[in-house]
Amino acid sequence: MSPQTQQEPAPIQGDFPARRLTVAADQWVHTAESLRPAGARLLALWASDERDHGADFTVHAAILKPSRLLVLELRVPEQQPVFPSLMPVFPAAARMERAVFDLLGLRAQGGDARPWLRHAAWPQDQFPLRRDFAAHRVFPNAQEAYPFVRVEGDGVHEIAVGPVHAGIIEPGHFRFSVVGEKLLRLEERLGYVHKGIEKRFEQLSLDAGQRLAARVSGDSAVAFSWAYCMALEGICGLAPPPRALYLRALLLERERLANHLGDLGALGNDAGFGFGLAQFSRLKENLLRLNEAAFGARYPMDFVVPGGVAADLAKDSKPPLLRQCAALEREVAGLRRIYDEHSGVQDRFAGCGRVAPELARSLGLMGLAGRASGQARDLRNDVAAPPYDRLSVKTAGRSEGDVAARVAVRFDEALESLRLCRKILDELPPGAVRAALPEQPPEGFGVGLVEGWRGPLLVALEAGPRGTIRRCHPHDCSWQNWPVLEHAVIGNIVPDFPLINKSFNLSYSGQDL
Amino acid sequence: MLTLLKKIAEIGIVSEPLPAAADEPWLREPLQAEILAVLGRALCIRHVDAGSCNGCELEVHALNNPYYNIEGAGIKFVASPRHADLLLVTGPVSRHMEQALRRTYDATPEPKLVVAAGDCACSGGIFGESYASCGRVTNVIPVDVTVPGCPPTPTRLLRGILAAVKARN
Ligand code: SF4
Repeated sequence: MSPQTQQEPAPIQGDFPARRLTVAADQWVHTAESLRPAGARLLALWASDERDHGADFTVHAAILKPSRLLVLELRVPEQQPVFPSLMPVFPAAARMERAVFDLLGLRAQGGDARPWLRHAAWPQDQFPLRRDFAAHRVFPNAQEAYPFVRVEGDGVHEIAVGPVHAGIIEPGHFRFSVVGEKLLRLEERLGYVHKGIEKRFEQLSLDAGQRLAARVSGDSAVAFSWAYCMALEGICGLAPPPRALYLRALLLERERLANHLGDLGALGNDAGFGFGLAQFSRLKENLLRLNEAAFGARYPMDFVVPGGVAADLAKDSKPPLLRQCAALEREVAGLRRIYDEHSGVQDRFAGCGRVAPELARSLGLMGLAGRASGQARDLRNDVAAPPYDRLSVKTAGRSEGDVAARVAVRFDEALESLRLCRKILDELPPGAVRAALPEQPPEGFGVGLVEGWRGPLLVALEAGPRGTIRRCHPHDCSWQNWPVLEHAVIGNIVPDFPLINKSFNLSYSGQDL
Repeated sequence: MLTLLKKIAEIGIVSEPLPAAADEPWLREPLQAEILAVLGRALCIRHVDAGSCNGCELEVHALNNPYYNIEGAGIKFVASPRHADLLLVTGPVSRHMEQALRRTYDATPEPKLVVAAGDCACSGGIFGESYASCGRVTNVIPVDVTVPGCPPTPTRLLRGILAAVKARN
């Protein structure tokens, strides 16, 4: 590889400070390492096929330095498709690098060579995200054995669960090694719902991509479609009208609330307290019904569109929205007291599935789970893209790192979201709700960053000629948090796994893509 | 404990009558009678996510909330296909789930009903067919009833489930 001189970082246009920097292979790990002491975290890692542009392949690493984003880029030649692994600096890179091999055929040196997203749908010498791979090509579904790591020892046995689980949840495979009731090890195998999302993006036009982005992980539809639009608006140099940004934030906070309410109920249920499920699912249903009245759908998947939002608030819906905020504040606070006073529930929550702050920091645990383990980061404050620059969000924070702490963070954040909804409604600016995209959006690269209910998510978008999508990588923080769940369960008992798992509630679809 | 009891008393019962399978107004009792007539017992549903974005699951969950209270109507979700009368399948079928879906179908005892729920399950939705997706559910297993929507509302889901039960009647 030819030695490259260190270049100056180039700014990425958009709502928040972001730059991209091309580095040489021998600087790749070193540059990442030099950022780590300042608290930088790996937000996403992906690759792209640039052979048609004479630049072979590029590996991209999005690194968040508390309030600024740096996208490091490394050229990888076709003749020698390898690159240095970032795993020693960011352990979370491991699965992302395996996915880079599965999808583009670039191997991270020194990493785990097992496939991650690829099971049997395509052979190991075919790479779906290369431009010469036809999206509709179908291969015979040949089952391949996957080498799980085995734990040897007296009395150790394995429990294999999934991909089809017992409840109404997404598919994935969990391999537990246990002694009696005690969990020694968990190994996850995901990729079952890989449905070719990134390849599919490349068949869509720029102004239709947000519909697919919304369906990367349906529970984060608002967050992902917003991140996509943020990236596209950055490329076009387009600022949505202030009212549109406020409405996006209103819906994002309601998405956060809906998920927290649902999970708080499910967590009560998993701790043997069915009352919690009944009450919280009732509150969630109330919220969804008002979504339908105010935004036209219980889950307004396609509300966020390039340039703004698809429609204004339905007429006369401001008073019921405000009334609902008040009612929910009262009810959620009341239910919190009931949870807190219930010794059976507290007994199950406390000390269960603990991730100590130091472990959370070194593994790069993100979002609400991170905030329950001493990692008090929240993009709504750290990056504060509009309108969050005017909303001053109170970042939740706990350090115990157990189920109880994750429950407490959810209560805190649900109540904070209610405060934000009220503030947004009170200060809702007048005016238009959508600005027109240029007829011919320019080619270029953009990034969107949004703090979804689960944690930070990113959409990296490369606009091609004539309004096409050249490359789009949506990234959910479930990538970072799934490996931490493997640590969180160690030493706990098997029956506590559902509770621990629920307290994270990670996305399968969002990481399988 | 006192606050808990107060809360229960204050909220009371919020369950609503079930929606119609077709257009005639249904009540809980006739529906229950219908289920009993067809199956001779409660209706057991096994949900299979064959590759969804997880949006559909949110609404499948809602069926269990106190408003729809489907357990009160004799419909319940079970943990194994061997206990199921009906498979409720969501998502396009990813190629990585194709075999698991077939196996689940094979493990379900006759007479088995299949409801494909959501735009993806009906048509492949936005994901369509590709190297990674088989598209709609009927490309992989036989389907009795399709329920459109992205995601379908709980009311639509219930209508679809009832329609499948009636179709076998
Ligand atoms: S129908 Fe819609 S909500 Fe359901 S899986 Fe498909 S995209 Fe997701």
